[in-house]
Formats: sequence, structure tokens, C-alpha cells
Amino acid sequence: MNGIPEVQHGPHIHDSSQVGRIMRLVMLALLPATLAGLALFGWPAVYLFLLTTLAAVAAEAACLRMAGKPVRPFLADGSALLTGWLLAMTLPPWAPWWVGVVGALIAIVIGKQVFGGIGQNPFNPAMVARVALLISFPLELTTWVAPTPLWSSAAPGPIEALAITFGGGQGQIDAVTSATVLGHVKTELGRGVGLEQALAGSYGLGDLFLGQVAGSLGETSALLLLLGGLLLIATRVIRWHIPLAMLGALALLAGLFHLMDPGRYADPLVHLLSGATLLGAFFIATDPASSPVTVRGQLLFGAGCGALVFVIRTWAGYPEGVAFAVLLMNALTPLIDHYLRPRIYGRDRKGAPLTYAEEETP
Amino acid sequence: MRLFSIRGGIHPDPCKQATEGLATVSLPLPGRLYIPLQQHIGAPANPIIKIGQRVLKGQRLADSQGHISAPVHAPTSGKIKKIANYPALHPSGLTVRTILLEADGRDEAVDPTPCADPLALAPGEIARRVGEAGVVGMGGATFPSAVKLNLGNRYRLQRLVINGAECEPYLTCDDRLMQEQPAEVIDGIRIMMHALGVGEALVAIEQNKPRAIRRLREAAGIDPRVRILPVPTRYPMGSEKHLVQALTGRETPARGLTADLGVVVHNPATARAVSQAVRHGRPLIERIVTVTGGAIAQPHNLQAPIGAPIQALIDHCGGFTEAPARLLNGGPMMGQAIPDLGAPVVKGSNGVLALSRAEVQGRAQSPCIRCARCVQACPCGLLPLEMAARARKGDLDGAARYGLLDCISCGSCAYVCPAHIPLVQWFSYARGELTARQRKQHKQEEIKRLAAARGERMERQQREKREALARRKAAAGTPTVETAEEAAP
Repeated sequence: MNGIPEVQHGPHIHDSSQVGRIMRLVMLALLPATLAGLALFGWPAVYLFLLTTLAAVAAEAACLRMAGKPVRPFLADGSALLTGWLLAMTLPPWAPWWVGVVGALIAIVIGKQVFGGIGQNPFNPAMVARVALLISFPLELTTWVAPTPLWSSAAPGPIEALAITFGGGQGQIDAVTSATVLGHVKTELGRGVGLEQALAGSYGLGDLFLGQVAGSLGETSALLLLLGGLLLIATRVIRWHIPLAMLGALALLAGLFHLMDPGRYADPLVHLLSGATLLGAFFIATDPASSPVTVRGQLLFGAGCGALVFVIRTWAGYPEGVAFAVLLMNALTPLIDHYLRPRIYGRDRKGAPLTYAEEETP
Repeated sequence: MRLFSIRGGIHPDPCKQATEGLATVSLPLPGRLYIPLQQHIGAPANPIIKIGQRVLKGQRLADSQGHISAPVHAPTSGKIKKIANYPALHPSGLTVRTILLEADGRDEAVDPTPCADPLALAPGEIARRVGEAGVVGMGGATFPSAVKLNLGNRYRLQRLVINGAECEPYLTCDDRLMQEQPAEVIDGIRIMMHALGVGEALVAIEQNKPRAIRRLREAAGIDPRVRILPVPTRYPMGSEKHLVQALTGRETPARGLTADLGVVVHNPATARAVSQAVRHGRPLIERIVTVTGGAIAQPHNLQAPIGAPIQALIDHCGGFTEAPARLLNGGPMMGQAIPDLGAPVVKGSNGVLALSRAEVQGRAQSPCIRCARCVQACPCGLLPLEMAARARKGDLDGAARYGLLDCISCGSCAYVCPAHIPLVQWFSYARGELTARQRKQHKQEEIKRLAAARGERMERQQREKREALARRKAAAGTPTVETAEEAAP
């Protein structure tokens, strides 16, 4: 038997895809929006980003070691880094250090590893952490700063930034706090101020597009997030179904209500370009482990996310709803996958073999 | 003609350039030929020769046994050395009863019984002659062709489809055959149409074989009944049910045959073998085999006699340039490992593939991330990730509920899996387990039935004995005829 290779099952060739490559492409797509966010919000954002991602990777390594799994190959797939990265994107950029660290621990340990690690998480780990933080530490999670780009004179230097991130330099923050578009709208509507008045002059759509607004670290630049999302679709890392269904449902509902009462309901573009909408549609809702596997399931899932975002933003207590919406739809994913299966070749939707009428003419 | 789309599928690198432009080369006759009695689906053939007997080329060595079976013939003249168990082209490495023929080098043939006008024969007679010639499906499935040519008796057939898709990467034997012997392929198609009683033949060839398409079109001429149709290059276009769907827009019912749609599918090499068998009276004793792969020095298509050892084919192509990472019978998607280089070429051998380490790209598997690429790639609308997860847990019924038995094992899912999970292997395992379980269940039921029957029999015998005893007693007491009759069972 010399010269005969070991018997192996087919197929014997494979395309170039790898889990690690998928994760790296997602990070590449996130990079422009991330760099923009870091530049806009300065050194405190840089520190928070580094801490969150480092804590996520460290938590993953510790969990893998405790579970007796090989640490190096699982770290090399980049999924923990990506989870930390996505979480950091959704945090207030000047949040204190422990917000990032606690968030990363929640994401990796509770959101992912207790379920068995990569691919096993029923909920998006970054969103689990985001919501847990928001509910536990509402003050820190809703303290927003206006953009102070690295190159501007108002931006804190690397040393001052240390005080903000590690020292609880609240005074400094108070000087520049600001509200997010959605938060502002919610407050003003709550005070009985009409929408047009509330939005007038304070925010232009162009600012939303480029990210020159207060908001989470990596959520503000709609343009760069959109570019990243399109890159993901072009490289076939994700498919268009979830993002399109989510954005479509949100735009449709927002448009409908805006037409009925423009003074009370923001127009669709505000919804699409503000908050976590685009980050959520392209990078969060498309998390493969916690979203459906079939085309119809993905369309339903995306549409559900979009509708819930609108409902939560409009009628619930929170100004932003992407994290809640995605988690709620994550919970429905097993059900969606159970009911919306593809039709099997040669069978009807119920699974019975196809039958054809007898009288065939050639 | 409008083509219909099929679901899923993949676009692997065709890797056909090494052989698609090279003329087929005849393999020099090896000194010894190993002719397995089982080269087809169905019952093995029954040897009709004696050890030490001299046989001529084309002489029948073994008869078909039963309805689904096929005879085998001598590929050359020579002496029968023995009939013994010998390694075969099966990954199990199990042996098959094989006739060992020592060639005498004279290559003397039996007198053929040609037929100048096959179209004048009765359809049943064509099928009979095809069966006598030992023709089986040469695309790899090796189903006896005569049985398929008789399908007109049971189904209302409308068209013959020739599956020249050859969607497996690397393989070019059908491509070369259609380029080099287009007239014989077309002749075989016309004979098969006559046997099936159909008025239309569609020859489907993937678009990446323009020369074959052109040559067949030239050979078919202006005959409106034979149409050459280029189909999109997409694996698994050559899956017969999917090809028929692409051509007719209709899916073959689950567990059914394409004949349910009025379509019979044959391979181009089978068409040529039918022409040889019916027009020239020559049995199937040789075929074209693609010998290729990164580890083969000079890849070629070889015209090889049935029974030639794989080693002889590889030697004729210059041997290995490196130790192959995979040695396969067939293509890289569905081909199976060759366990022994001494195993012979059989009627269904379409390729000998020696893949180099670089071509195989073996990577460690990692957990499923539910990316659903397998779902997109599956041409059957299955959820491979769910089936594999259930197979892994031993939940065979769960896997079956997700369509395990509807899987055609094309391997598209495993090809695209970024976690490199051996999905098809899980399915093969689950199917094997399922079959074993059914067999066991059947056996248990049989045992129960036999035990119950035995109990009943014993009881009846006891009762009969008792009754006979009672009768004798009664007869001794009051010997009247009526009582005896009443007591009779």
C-alpha cells in the first residue's frame, strides 16, 4: 500500500474560505468608521477602544483555558476581538475604563462562552453587553460628548484623556456634554416641543452622514458604515437580505408615520442615518450565529429588527432601540429557522413528493 | 431553447486545461487484465469460462444474472488464469470476484455480428443487444443501460437527455469523447431514441466545452430531433435530476425517477457504447479514462481496456511527480479514494485523479458559525448544518426529518464551509447508521415473526396430538363414525 494516501471522504477540494478570514474582513469593513470615530472623539475614545478589545480577548482566553479548549486556534479566529470591537463601537466614547472592561466581560463570558463559544451564542454578545450596561449603568451609558476631533484645540491631550478614562474626570466631560439626535428628539417631544422646531438648526443630515454629531464611538458616520457594509456584501461575508429588510422596514414605518404627522414623527432619513441603525443593519443583525439561515428567515428577521427599532424609538422609554430590537429578534431566530425551511428538491412545502398531472403533452 | 435555473451550486476551478486539449492516447495492452464480475449496479455476473481456457477479444466471460445485471467480456485474447478475489475500486479496500486474464498479445477478436440498419430493429431487440454487450451507465453510476432503454414499457417517455455536462472539475473524458467521436455519439443517440420511442434528444453540455458543442452540432447536422444545448457551467449541473430541471423546469419527485417526467438520461460515453454494440456488435471492453491531477507527470485521457490495473495508467502518464495527497477514482467532488494501485479500470471509471498537497488545501475543522453558506450552496434545498448537527449527536431520525435521504452527496456544502466541517462525511455516516438500524429492526421483526409462528405451530401440534388422543379414547369407548368425524380438525 505504499504511495497510497490515506482514505478520506470527499469533497477533496475546497474554496478559500475560512472562519478567520470572515472575521478579518468584517474588521476591515469596520476600520474606516472606527478610525473616524477615534479621530472625532480623541484620546479617551482610543483608550476605551483598546481596553474593551483587550478585555474581550483576555476574557476569551481565560474561558477557553477553563473549558480545556485549545486557546491559540480559537483566539486566532478573531471572533473575540471582533466582539470587543463591536461593543466598543456602541459605547459612549468618553465612558470610564470600567464600562469597557465590564462590557467586554459580559459579552464574552455571559454572551458567548457560557453557551459553548463561537457559533453557539443565541444572542449577539456585543448587544447583550450593551443592554446589560445600559440597564445597570444608565448614567455612564447616556453621557454623550460633542465631537472634539484630535486636531481641534478643544480635544484633550493623551494625558488629560487618561484622567477622563481612568480618573472619572467628570468636570471635563460636563464641559462638552451634548445629546444625541434621537435623545434630543425624545426629550424635546417629551417637553411638548414640535419636531421641526426640535431638529431645526441643530442637526443637518450632512452632519449625520459624516458623523459630526454626538453619539457612540463608532456609530456616528453613516457614510463610512454604509461603505463598510457594502464591502461586506461585495465580499460575500454577509448577504443583502437582513440589512435591506431591516433598513426597508424601518424606512417604511418611519415614512408612513412621518407622512401622517411630520410634527411628531421624524422623517425616515433621520432614522436611517442616526443612532446605531447602519452599524446594526450591516454588522450586528447579520451576526451569523444569532440570525436565521434561510433567505425567507433572514428577510423576516431583518424586517422584524427594523420594525422593532422604530417601535422602541418612537413609543418606548429609550431613545435608541437597535440593541433591544436585535436581541428580541435573536430570541425568535430558532423559531424562524424551525418554520421557514427551504422547500426540498422534489417535494412540496409540506415535504410530500411532487406529483404531476397525468395528461402530459410533449 | 429556454433553460431553467437550478438552486444553489458552486463554481469550483474547472482545472480541465491539462487534458481538455490533448488527444486521447491508447494505453498499451497490459500483460494481465483483472476483470471484476461486479462492475455495475445489481447482481454480479456469473462466470461461464474454465480456468486455462483460451478466450478471444470480445468473447463473453460471464453472464448477467437476473433482471438488473450485466455480462462482462474479454478485453483481449488470452488465457484465463484464475477467478479469485481481487482488490477493486472501492474505498473499503474489500475485494471482488475477478477473472484474471493473461493476454497473449495477439488481440484476436471474435467475429462480430454487426447490424447495418439498427433503426430497423424492434426497440426491444435494441435493448437486448445493448444488454448482451454489457453496456452500463459510463458516467459512473454503472446502471445497466438495457434496463433503462426498456423504460418505455412502463413510462410515457418524451425525450432522451444526454448528460454531457461533465461538471466535476478535472475530468475531460466525456469532453474528449464528444470532440473525437461525435459521429458515434450521435449514432448512439439515434439508436437509443429509437429504442425508447422518443421523438426528441437534448444533449446538454456545459458552456466551458465549446469544442465538444461545435463538433456534436456538426455531427448532428440538421436533424431537428437532436439538439445540442450549452448549459451554464455550475456544479452539480451533471446531477441528472438537476440537469433535467435545468432543461425542462420540472423537478423529479422525491424518491422517483426522471422517467416520471418522461425523460431518460444517458451519458455520451454510454451513447457511443450503444452505437458500438448495436451497429458493430462490439461489447463494452474499453473506455476513456482521464488521468490527471497535480501529482501526475503528464496528464492525459487514456483509452484503456477494462481490467487494466490503475498502476499501468499512472505509469503511462509518467508516474507521480510527488506523493499524492489524494488518489481518487472519479472527480475531486464526489470521487472516492483508490485503496490499491493494483485495482483495475472498470466500466464506470471516468477518472484517476492524483491531487497534490497544494490542490487539496486540507485545514483543521472548527465549530460551525451558522454562516449558512451550506444552505445557499445546497442544490436540493436542504439545511446541511442542521443535518450534520443531528448526525453528530446520533439523532438519525432528526437528520432524516431534515432531508438526509434527499441529499445527493454532491459535496457543495462541504466545499464552501468556512469551518471546514466534513458535512458529506456526516451524512454518509448517518445514512449508513440508518440503514444498519433498519436492517437490525427488520431482523428483529423477522425473528419475532418466526418465533410466533413456531409457537403457533408447536401449539397446533400439541392440540392435534391431544385431539387424536381424545379420538382414540372415544373410539375405544363408543365407536361411532359421527363422533370421529366431529372430532376431526
